[in-house]
Amino acid sequence: MLQRTIPILILAASGALLIIAYFSPFTTSWGEVVVDWFNVLAAVAYVLGAGNLLAVNLEKVSARRAGWAYALLTLLSFGAMLAFGLFKIGAVPNADNPNVHFAGSYESTQSAFGWVYEYILSPLTATMFALLAFYVASAAFRAFRAKNLEAILLLGTAFIILLAQTAAGMFLTGWIPEASMFAFLRLDWMKVAITEHIQTAGMRAITIGIALGIAATSLRLILGIDKSYLSKN
Amino acid sequence: MNNQTMQTFGGVRGFLARMGSIDRRWIFLAVALSIGVPILLQLRPPEVPGPMARATFEAIEAIPSGSRVLLSFDYDPASEGELQPMANALVHHCASRGHKLVFMALWPLGKQLADTTIKDVLLEFHPGYVYGTDYAQLGFKTGNEGVIKIMTTAIPQQYPSDAAGTPLASLPLVASIKRLEDFKLIGTISAGYPGAKEWVQYADGANPDAFTLVAGSTGVQVSQLLPYYPKQIEGLLVAVKGAAEYEMLVTSKYPVDHDQSRFEEGRRRMGPQLVAHLLVIALIVLGNISMIAGRGLKGGAR
Repeated sequence: MLQRTIPILILAASGALLIIAYFSPFTTSWGEVVVDWFNVLAAVAYVLGAGNLLAVNLEKVSARRAGWAYALLTLLSFGAMLAFGLFKIGAVPNADNPNVHFAGSYESTQSAFGWVYEYILSPLTATMFALLAFYVASAAFRAFRAKNLEAILLLGTAFIILLAQTAAGMFLTGWIPEASMFAFLRLDWMKVAITEHIQTAGMRAITIGIALGIAATSLRLILGIDKSYLSKN
Repeated sequence: MNNQTMQTFGGVRGFLARMGSIDRRWIFLAVALSIGVPILLQLRPPEVPGPMARATFEAIEAIPSGSRVLLSFDYDPASEGELQPMANALVHHCASRGHKLVFMALWPLGKQLADTTIKDVLLEFHPGYVYGTDYAQLGFKTGNEGVIKIMTTAIPQQYPSDAAGTPLASLPLVASIKRLEDFKLIGTISAGYPGAKEWVQYADGANPDAFTLVAGSTGVQVSQLLPYYPKQIEGLLVAVKGAAEYEMLVTSKYPVDHDQSRFEEGRRRMGPQLVAHLLVIALIVLGNISMIAGRGLKGGAR
């Protein structure tokens, strides 16, 4: 009974307090305390995430399931980075306290943590992101087909934005005078019309819809109508 | 139409239809060439600063020289290629105006990127900047939008010390700051959540008109930010093109006497982007021609 009642009460009190704190300056500090709790919980989520990562990958390695070698690599990398950071291996001594190892900085490339960040993590993540260019081009070739009116509109919009986002837009239509009655044929003009009018209008509608949805869901949670976040046990 | 003409016509159609199932490794090769060749040839197409880049430039120009500015590095190395050029230009612009800079990050690896920018841009081109007096590094705090929410009313509560553990009270630049309203301008370089959208919703939403908000954004998330431009977000830099345009504006007014290439990174990347975009358009056109040719062949068989 208490397992369900106490979380509902905490949620209801915190939610109501945050709403009141937004409108009443007298309760601002109470709201700050609640947000502090949120930040502490967010930090704890990192620990839970680490625990979950260990559990999932250890199980995969021990069961020798497909891709277990990658799981082992993940665990080794995780352990190594944790040790580099926690023990500040190779940390640069602090000028004020040169004899205190833990006062040193572990973020420069002279330390193991900084070295791994600069020469392994940073290039790897950039490489992964850059690979998207290849897959986007391949997917555009195979999937971007003008099969119906909606697809033709999407295709036309994509062409305009792709061209206007580079110097090709100015090269192709930059010669049309901005003050002329044909200015609407300029690609930069069309890009502005699409992004600032059509796209923005659509996004505003979606954003307002999402905001109303969040408000409704939040109220359901605060009032205890929606209890789906609680364990069934 | 005689038999030979029909066979030739069918042959071309068949070839075009077969193009639709081309091995994707050819596409990968074409993409690699479309990016690699312009880099090697140092292709640099001319750029004309657009209204969004101009608005960002004007927003930073509009605040009084020596104002306190908060710069939040809300991205990680995955987006460094797209966002670092605008971060470099933004820091150089603010420092050229003599603004006092406070750095922070909502992303765990954003702090390292801010450190790199401080070393490579701020201290390299503005060596007179002194830590604690002219700039400060608050570092990363977990909590996403919660961090912003607390900063709207109690910065010392969220950041009792800077990234190195020095109490804020002992740093003249930040000793007296209490809330986000104490900054004249907030700049966020954002690759997603938490980022520019959260700065609008939690910082600008709580303190409308208290400070100017400018943002640099990746191309993929800009549609989420456009509804807030130009009222809540007064300046918006979009992807590499935005960076290239902004670089032009900044370096034309505040040129540097050495290592000029640091502020040409955006423009340097526009060459490969131009060719890659043209390739994508060509591939889409080719894919559609192939589809139409394939339909024709099926129709003929019936």
